[in-house]
Amino acid sequence: MSEPTTRAANMAEAARALRQVSRAKPVEILFWLLALASFLFLPDQYLLLNEVAITGLFALSLDLVIGYGGIVSLGHAAFFGFGCYLAGLLTKFGVPDPLMGLAIAAVGTGVLGFVTSFLVLRGSDLTRIMVTISIAVLLGEIANRLPGLTGGADGLQGVAPGLLLGRFEFDIFGQVAYGYSLAVTFVLFLIARRFIFSPFGWSIRAVKQNALRTSSIGIHVNRRLVVAYTLAAAYAGVAGALLAQTTSFVSLDVLAFHRSADLLLILIIGGTGYLYGGLVGALLFKVIQDFLANLTPEYWEFWIGMLLVALVLIGRDRVTGLPAMLIGKFRRA
Amino acid sequence: MTAALQTRNLLRRFGGLVATNDVSITLEQGARHALIGPNGAGKTTLINLLTGVLRPTSGTIWLAGEDITRTSRARRVELGLVRTFQINQLFPGFTPLQSVGLAVSRRLGLDRNMFRTIGSDPRVVGECVDVLERFDLIDVMNRPTASLPYGRQRLLEIAIAIACGPRVLLLDEPAAGVPEGERGEIMDGLAALPADVTVLLIEHDMDLVFRFASRISVLVQGALLVEGTAEEVANDPRVREVYLGDDAHG
Amino acid sequence: MLTNLFDGVAYGMLLFVIACGLSVTLGLMNLINLAHGAFAMAGGYITVVLVNRMGVPFFAALPLAFVLSALLGLVMERTLYVHVYRKSHLEQVMFSIGLVFMAMPAVSFFLGSEQKFITVPAFLDTRYEVFGVSMGAYRLLIILVCGLLAAGLQFIVARTRFGSQLRAAVDDPMVARGLGIRVDAVFATTFAVGSGLAGLGGALGANLLGLDPTFPVKYMVYFLIVVAVGGSAGMTGPLVAAILLGIADVSGKYYLPQFGSFFIYALMIVVLLWRPQGLFARPGGR
Repeated sequence: MSEPTTRAANMAEAARALRQVSRAKPVEILFWLLALASFLFLPDQYLLLNEVAITGLFALSLDLVIGYGGIVSLGHAAFFGFGCYLAGLLTKFGVPDPLMGLAIAAVGTGVLGFVTSFLVLRGSDLTRIMVTISIAVLLGEIANRLPGLTGGADGLQGVAPGLLLGRFEFDIFGQVAYGYSLAVTFVLFLIARRFIFSPFGWSIRAVKQNALRTSSIGIHVNRRLVVAYTLAAAYAGVAGALLAQTTSFVSLDVLAFHRSADLLLILIIGGTGYLYGGLVGALLFKVIQDFLANLTPEYWEFWIGMLLVALVLIGRDRVTGLPAMLIGKFRRA
Repeated sequence: MTAALQTRNLLRRFGGLVATNDVSITLEQGARHALIGPNGAGKTTLINLLTGVLRPTSGTIWLAGEDITRTSRARRVELGLVRTFQINQLFPGFTPLQSVGLAVSRRLGLDRNMFRTIGSDPRVVGECVDVLERFDLIDVMNRPTASLPYGRQRLLEIAIAIACGPRVLLLDEPAAGVPEGERGEIMDGLAALPADVTVLLIEHDMDLVFRFASRISVLVQGALLVEGTAEEVANDPRVREVYLGDDAHG
Repeated sequence: MLTNLFDGVAYGMLLFVIACGLSVTLGLMNLINLAHGAFAMAGGYITVVLVNRMGVPFFAALPLAFVLSALLGLVMERTLYVHVYRKSHLEQVMFSIGLVFMAMPAVSFFLGSEQKFITVPAFLDTRYEVFGVSMGAYRLLIILVCGLLAAGLQFIVARTRFGSQLRAAVDDPMVARGLGIRVDAVFATTFAVGSGLAGLGGALGANLLGLDPTFPVKYMVYFLIVVAVGGSAGMTGPLVAAILLGIADVSGKYYLPQFGSFFIYALMIVVLLWRPQGLFARPGGR
């Protein structure tokens, strides 16, 4: 067919191209170096940064569902809240070790995700939206109706996790808290990244692009989505568990609708389908939220809503591309 | 020798309408078989029955002697029955290399692996290059699929199917929508199909059909009208009347 | 028992009048509009302002609520919604949630965040005892008005020229365009009427459902249930779904108060497990 030499060259080129996709880019290394620098040099922002890291992990989880799986979910807080309560209760009732709590929360939420995935994956986008909202509302109702266990509307108080790794005590400045959240987020990010570039992750991306063709090359589409949804649920559960452990408090708010909706916004601001969208979005969202809350404390949601509408109508690419475009014009001028 | 693909008395009703009427068809190993018929003859329904998108009302389908009438779609692909689509069904965000790589990984049973990267197995790389070279896609293998010319996309449609390692390949109008100038590429692509793969070609382009197929079946109103060699079919007066005649006038 | 049934029917009919527009827009333009409840809220607040502040009689305010909400819907459709029909469901979801997020603070900014009640004529507060069933005059009015509306809508969809155009457009917009039906105009009209009906439902139901700025989120899932369970094939499906939902919710809250709305969500999940395309969807329909 072709000369042996061209074939060898083609082989090398194909192998290179396939490796290239999953290779860490310099900007990624820079990103995590900056995250590390924030831990080393921003001690007075630990509490805020801790929240950003947790929200970022939570949004990464939603990215696995929406950005990679193509499943529109408006109830992702169900898993976050479930993990949050699970970790809080574990800490209160006999498992003070944070990492153990985290692991149990991950498994428990994963099981919840696995079971509910069969409900969610049936039906159209509309029924998916409804079912995901409903599952979150149901869990919220349960938490609300069991005040003996969850503290009901008062929230679960007195969550006091033990020493991290048997050595570090959670301090009031949030140093250990942020270090812990950042480290967990980093490790889970690496696992997600590995997952996405594996043949399995590849097949999930294929499903989103063309489910018909994916099934026509012999891949069971629904089974793939079940796995993606379960993994994402476990991630959200870990994020929730981190929140419970690092803030020593769980409120009904962790299951609220606006949390799922805000999360969607975060992901859209940051961008879907490249893994960093959730982390970047979480940081931007926090900044925007603080800015708006200072401007109009009671009505900041209005501006968030307007941002959502604008992002859709104008197109996300054009909004985020604006700074780059302006710089380009400036240079040409 | 068992036939590669065989149906017996295949029947499918939609309400009162009989879309596939008592179709018995046999594809020998390595056959180059074409299925022709006017629009609405039930060709696509037949493909959907064979691949498991639709279930037959009655009748049986065998793949290499195994009854697959009730087998799931994905399982039929595993058993070696693969199709292409009349309207491109590609992965617009992947490159041809990535698309073919996914299909190859699937065939080699590596697709459930969650922790290795897709190109880490040299067998995957080797088979990708084989398929891409065969369909002359090697020079565009790293371009996004959506940016390829239409003719190349049609070839990729076939390349992905071949990467699944089919024993029987169903080609649903591979030349559909391809501009005159790029038809040669499609013809070359069909000629490059491995000889041991059994092919059922559905096509409107008679030129293509007669150059490619050694046997032809004619489907009219859901039922088989004639089956025979290209020459027999071309000279059959009934075929001329219902099909070629129509074509000539219309 | 029968009183609960009666209350449930009244509640269900309200849900139907509010949500029927949603089912048509979903079926017609494949649009997921989570902001539909905001139009109902608008109708409720329009009536509050008209009746409580400007002294307009209640029965005169209802048609005004319809007209003003419909106008609002028409303006929104022509300026904003028209741009998102061709976008993905994810984008439609974000867009309409954005509208909800804007509507809620806007309402509390202008009218306060506490729950509002519409002052209704005194005779609507009376209760009648019929065969041992206690029926509130206000709920009777709701059943009457909504029943007439449902019958009227059914007539329009099933018998008029506009209705047949609508059904053709829902079945297949491409074919309908080919037949010379102006799908855009049909849709704008439907969207406006749907918003108007939502507004009217919001006005009628304000005192029953509880009118405050969180209204669009609080009832979002209820409206979606009506659509998803009822299907978008006609008016009958959503109507039956809405009445069943109303009865289930009222009796659930009455007999199993400790479960709150738990019951209704669980029921919905069971129904969708059983029939993912809705209870009343046509086989092969969208």
